[in-house]
Amino acid sequence: MLFHVQVEITLKPTVMDAQGSTIERALQKLGHDGVRNVHIGKFITMEIEANCAGCARSAAEDMCRELLANPIIEQFAVQVVEAEKECPA
Amino acid sequence: MKFGVVIFPGSNCDADCHDAILAVTRQEVRYVWHEETDISDIDCIVLPGGFSYGDYLRCGAVARFSPVMGEIVRHAAIGRYVIGICNGFQVLTEAGLLPGALYRNDCLKFVCKPQPLRVERTDLPFTHFYTTKQVVNFPIAHGEGRFFADPETLARIEGEGQVVFRYCTPDGQVTSEANPNGSLKNIAGICNEGDNVLGLMPHPERRCDRLTGGTDGKKLFKGLVESLLLKSISHR
Repeated sequence: MLFHVQVEITLKPTVMDAQGSTIERALQKLGHDGVRNVHIGKFITMEIEANCAGCARSAAEDMCRELLANPIIEQFAVQVVEAEKECPA
Repeated sequence: MKFGVVIFPGSNCDADCHDAILAVTRQEVRYVWHEETDISDIDCIVLPGGFSYGDYLRCGAVARFSPVMGEIVRHAAIGRYVIGICNGFQVLTEAGLLPGALYRNDCLKFVCKPQPLRVERTDLPFTHFYTTKQVVNFPIAHGEGRFFADPETLARIEGEGQVVFRYCTPDGQVTSEANPNGSLKNIAGICNEGDNVLGLMPHPERRCDRLTGGTDGKKLFKGLVESLLLKSISHR
């Protein structure tokens, strides 16, 4: 089965996110007073051919550990969405 | 003694390193294409600055999977020398040959300027020609040179004396004002526990001729050559 997989990579909370804080200040200057905790990350989408959603997730998590994220500074979250089946007609 | 300078797709300080090392040391220097898998003829491999693989994903993240990297890991494991400069330092941390990580400068700018550095270790093959706490000036040119390590790793790096260069004021004070990128403890360069792998964000190869602003970088390459020659004599 083909699964759509979304991977979100962000800096760990212990790592200062200079881009996030700069954008937070910019938003506040624009009048968005209530804005807090802005963070910047990477968003990666892919399709994975796998037997089940769990297998697709575990493959994506392996990819994060191996290449997509640097575990020293980054954390990741994986979301798996089953691809819509093609209409047989 | 023979030096090798790795060329990854996107390296752009490879020729600077090659020419500076050749002029300063008068030793053999050859280029090493990133797909090479035999570097057994080389005593010191240099990973130069630049933007390997366009800095895609993270600086150095893709270069670390180049075929030559497996050889460089083996080269380091048998005690041969490795120097990573700027992007080369990023590749070495991504490959796990040096601890920590380098990420976006706190000022969010690409910082390109001459930078005073304090030499913290003078007992290394790379630095024994410098004097203790000597201030040298190597230029920096990076957007992602902010050194980070978790508290345990940082304590180990400091405890083991692995910090080789720190950003400082011209008179050698290690202050936050002298820190160009927000690096923890003003760390500009570190070595591994075996003292044979050195990584630094500043560019010593750009300070090997008065025409390019100074000669503080010469001692790094000359010192390494002398160390190696002495070692080979004592092994005879």
